[in-house]
Amino acid sequence: MIAFLLAQTIAITGATVFPVSGPKLENATVLIRDGRIAAVGTTVAVPQGATRIDASGKWVTPGLVDGAGQMGLREISAVQNTNEGQVQGNDVAASFNVLEGINPGSSLIRVTRIEGVTTTLATPGGALIWGQAALIDLDGATIEAMQVKAPAAMVVDLSEGSKSAGGGSRAGVAQRLRRVFNDALEYARRRNDYSRAQMQQLSASAADLEALLPVLRGQLPLIAVANRRSDIETALRIAREYNLHLILGGAAEGWMIPNEIAAAGVPVLVEPLDNIPSYDALGIRYENAALLGKGGVKVALMETATENTRDLRQQAGNAVANGMTWDQALRAVTLTPAEIFGVADRYGSLEAGRVANVVVWSGDPFEFSTGVEHVYIRGREIPLRSRQTELLERYRTLPPKY
Amino acid sequence: MRHLSVAAAGFLGIALVAGCASGGTRTATAGSPTPVPPAAPPLAAVAQDTTREGGLGSQYPSSYRRHPNPPVLIRNATIMTAAGQEIQGGSILFRDGKIVSVGTGAQVQPPADAVVVDGTGKWVTPGVIDVHSHLGVYAAPGTFAESDGNEATQPVTAEVWAEHSFWPQDPQIPLAIAGGVTTIQALPGSANLIGGRSAILKLIPARSVQDMKFPGAHYGLKMACGENPKRVYGQRGGPSTRMGNMAGYRNAFIAAQSYRQKWDKWNKDHQGDPPERNLRNETLAEVLRGNIYVQNHCYRADEMMQMLDLGHEFGFKIRAFHHAVEAYKIADVLAREGTASAVWADWWGFKEEAMDGIHENAALLQQAGARADIHSDDPGGIQRLNQEAAKAMYYGRRAGIPVTRDQALRWFTANAAWVLGIDSVVGTLEAGKMADVVLWSADPLSVYAKAVQVYNDGWLVYDRNDPAHQPRTDFTLGREP
Repeated sequence: MIAFLLAQTIAITGATVFPVSGPKLENATVLIRDGRIAAVGTTVAVPQGATRIDASGKWVTPGLVDGAGQMGLREISAVQNTNEGQVQGNDVAASFNVLEGINPGSSLIRVTRIEGVTTTLATPGGALIWGQAALIDLDGATIEAMQVKAPAAMVVDLSEGSKSAGGGSRAGVAQRLRRVFNDALEYARRRNDYSRAQMQQLSASAADLEALLPVLRGQLPLIAVANRRSDIETALRIAREYNLHLILGGAAEGWMIPNEIAAAGVPVLVEPLDNIPSYDALGIRYENAALLGKGGVKVALMETATENTRDLRQQAGNAVANGMTWDQALRAVTLTPAEIFGVADRYGSLEAGRVANVVVWSGDPFEFSTGVEHVYIRGREIPLRSRQTELLERYRTLPPKY
Repeated sequence: MRHLSVAAAGFLGIALVAGCASGGTRTATAGSPTPVPPAAPPLAAVAQDTTREGGLGSQYPSSYRRHPNPPVLIRNATIMTAAGQEIQGGSILFRDGKIVSVGTGAQVQPPADAVVVDGTGKWVTPGVIDVHSHLGVYAAPGTFAESDGNEATQPVTAEVWAEHSFWPQDPQIPLAIAGGVTTIQALPGSANLIGGRSAILKLIPARSVQDMKFPGAHYGLKMACGENPKRVYGQRGGPSTRMGNMAGYRNAFIAAQSYRQKWDKWNKDHQGDPPERNLRNETLAEVLRGNIYVQNHCYRADEMMQMLDLGHEFGFKIRAFHHAVEAYKIADVLAREGTASAVWADWWGFKEEAMDGIHENAALLQQAGARADIHSDDPGGIQRLNQEAAKAMYYGRRAGIPVTRDQALRWFTANAAWVLGIDSVVGTLEAGKMADVVLWSADPLSVYAKAVQVYNDGWLVYDRNDPAHQPRTDFTLGREP
């Protein structure tokens, strides 16, 4: 990458460093070189010529990772022309990979990354099988430059929102999903018959069935959106039947069955600040994330409002206020989502060799009193500017100078 | 993950804003065609809740009654009064629904029958006031059956009243109480140019909305600018443009002017039969008289300027612009006009007219001498208005805009009370004010703070540590495991 070649050696010194994969370090140095973390510790020698960032009294964490939203896929939710996250008219859109819909020039990216969120999951939307989500870094002029992992997961919806795809019943949703899975397996076994049209009609296009095969082989994780306890159990049941690599999304009533979820080894993506009851989840409550964690479930936190992905840290703070430990919450917005999406060898912690997504905060990242002082994505220092900072400067004194 | 990727959808159809026309003082009602009995609110009312035509004050009165309670003394807490002071080691005593005294421990003596609460390590603030809520009118669980917030059948429905939609068993109400909220303005939605009357409510467990109506509060009139009305009516006869929106407001107020003149004349001379009543004009005439406050959903600065002109044309003030994501662009004008801005800390970008939202909106308004308020428009956000105000304060400070903690607290207490015209009754912790009091586990401007106790008019309506004081609505009974 050109950005890597241009990157300087940067030494962030004197900071309280949270590597996440290890204990907190006081008065420590984070050394960044060629887009990667070169060293982290209290005895790191700063090479000559390195750009020194004095971070005394500051807190340093990995860049935050949000496993939700549609960053780059929707500029303005209400303006359909600016939305790219969903294909119309296909309830089994397994072959839909969002990646080429992502706009690296989206104004939301700059607004978001200067608040410390450096990596997000760009998810499709839809009904039943939404398609393939992509994990992206919030820097880069092209999707190739932004891409962390694509696809990172297939997304299916087992919540109330999918009922129309199941003929109006949750049972229909589950049956249809099984039929599609069975057809995909049948298609894989009998490709020749399929191409000679010597098979019964299958329930999805060849492209969509083909796209499901990595999921059915356990190679690509399947995010199942499920909130009601019974829907979570349906997801777990189907995952057992097909031996899937399952991730639960939402899991609003997951707190009722943490042991069952933990025993299945299934991680969850939870939005802490959601407690408004609906018939999809009458048992929804703020303590969900903490109770799941206490039950041994691997929990990542998310902020689902794309334009306010930056509020992920407020979500984490509220998870702490409602029972998570602070350390758990930090992990749940860094290393845990990286693990869930299979990129923990590159993301989510501050260790030598990791991609240099690093944030310097003025204090506790979850507190409102804390500001972002520096953001590095792949080792590049991100200018702390966005449309919003420019609007502020324009109207700071009135009347404005146009 | 109800909103894995569609989080903003909820904002669009439902979220609305209100704005208020400022009011002059309420007038007496002599000469009403139907005699209006002296309103006898149990609490000091800001003004008599009466309107002229039809004796509406007598037809739809508040039946609010203060819940009897022992006196309460909270001592050794940090007391943020929203009246300029932050008292370390402070005590607050309230009895019979009134704050008796606020000060340091030695200054406040407990009566023998007082319940004494140890506030060590805790904070006390006035009850939280949300000037923009759709609780009760867009109740959970959010099905069509509870969707009662937009009378989206024609663009001007000044005749509808939010209180006639309000469902006191909305399970979102106890959640908001647990966030420290003691008073809300429940508004009609923003589908319409003129959406109807708001309801100013004490947020308490109650069987009827009448039992929640804030005695003496001014009604608000919900008006809406911009995208929502033209989206809703663009294919249904209009308005389909912003200029169509303006014409719609003007036509409505022209009719109301004429109506008001007829009634004012008849009220004065009682010559002949009284004019025929018209519900729509009745409400709008009260706006023209200054008795109902205009609460105006409006995002863009240029549209707010148009609405201020509308107020000038018809002689009413806009009490508050709601949402007002571009208020910072005209903060000087809003300060001059005396119109408040009820804003979010950081909502932006979910629709085109919300694209220019910035974190520093409230702080810039404060700096310009305009009245800022933090509102929710959201059943989640209402539970953490303290957090949203903290966010807005600290972003302002980091941008070099001075905002004090007291000012940030006023954004969701005293200034909100002013927007609703009840600032002489609630919104600060001062002797004589209604005892709407929140005890917090920590600094309320911290993300980690939670309301521990909430007193509404002296009644302990919520106690985080006592299930006997954790109200549940009928809706939730027998459902949760």
